[in-house]
Amino acid sequence: MTTSLLTATGLRKIYSGTPALDGADFAIRAGETVAVMGPSGSGKSTLLHCLAGIVPPDEGTITYEGRELSAMSDGERSALRRSRFGFVFQFGQLVPELTCVENVALPLRLTGLGRREAERAARPWLERLEVDDVAHHRPGEISGGQGQRVAVARALATTPRVIFADEPTGALDSLNGERVMELLTAAARETSAAVVLVTHEARVAAYADREIVVRDGRTRSLEPAS
Amino acid sequence: MTIGHTLLGLLEEAGPRHGYDLKRAFDQRFGHDRPLHYGQVYSTMSRLLKNGLVEVDGIEAGGGPERKRYAITDAGITDVAGWLTTPEKPEPYLSSTLYTKVVLALLTGRDAAELLDTQRAEHLRLMRELTKRKRSGELADQLICDHALFHLEADLRWLELTTARLDKLAAEVRA
Repeated sequence: MTTSLLTATGLRKIYSGTPALDGADFAIRAGETVAVMGPSGSGKSTLLHCLAGIVPPDEGTITYEGRELSAMSDGERSALRRSRFGFVFQFGQLVPELTCVENVALPLRLTGLGRREAERAARPWLERLEVDDVAHHRPGEISGGQGQRVAVARALATTPRVIFADEPTGALDSLNGERVMELLTAAARETSAAVVLVTHEARVAAYADREIVVRDGRTRSLEPAS
Repeated sequence: MTIGHTLLGLLEEAGPRHGYDLKRAFDQRFGHDRPLHYGQVYSTMSRLLKNGLVEVDGIEAGGGPERKRYAITDAGITDVAGWLTTPEKPEPYLSSTLYTKVVLALLTGRDAAELLDTQRAEHLRLMRELTKRKRSGELADQLICDHALFHLEADLRWLELTTARLDKLAAEVRA
């Protein structure tokens, strides 16, 4: 049996008296892509934020490589997010003042690399995501599809073990969305990164290896019949 | 849609009925566009009888032809249960069959949410297969896969919407 890389058990998270998570469980293995689906407000983004150590759950445990996130200091959790986790959001959230290559180099610089070295390491990721030609453009000068590929390149630049993607194609048309998913999942496979993919689109979820559904703050695994 | 399974489900829900009553119940719930012909009902009931899924519960003699009253057998109940729990092969325009299954599951006290989730998993399984095929296929193959994927996605949206409205639907069909 393959050991899970990231595991969550019995997660509860309450916002203003309303449970966003109400006993959610989750597990993902290295190199696996899991789609997290569910209606709006079902708790899927909250689940992602808890798994990534961005917000702490009120109850339940999350372990990464056997270590409980709650047992780590803030500094350790931040270091984990910087070095082991990558993030892609619906809107790329690129820094508008920086060029694309500077954006991709940013997480590398946060791990201590110098500017030149970080930008040199960033270039192959821009090539891999087929946006090398806009390396010196700023986010405002490129299309939404290109911007999202730059965001994926940025998420991959530190070769994270887990990529958290929250509606990564939500702002794109079908063709651009598919290209982003093809590139993201192919790059994740090559680097053996796990992907937690939050989406409400079935066509996007179909890029994952399996699916879990979040309803009313609870998770349900739907293993395909075979 | 399998008329035989639907008639069996209706027999299970309401107890023994005549063929005429079964046709009326079918048309009322599922035959909005295409009501059943009497011939279909009687040929289907003969087949179900032959297969041991229904039995004759009584015969009424009247002015006209004899009227048989049918009851579902244990084998018939098992057959309906098997049909309801087996996901349909994902294909376009499934909604009428799925709708029938959901309503019958609610009428017979089965888990309609489970039925919808099982179907959802089956749809996503096929979508994953098509997505993999697209990755390695040529453009013509990709377009064929896309056509199927969009139809499957539409079905999935219907499954999600129905899941969200299951309580309301249950209240209506049981009213």
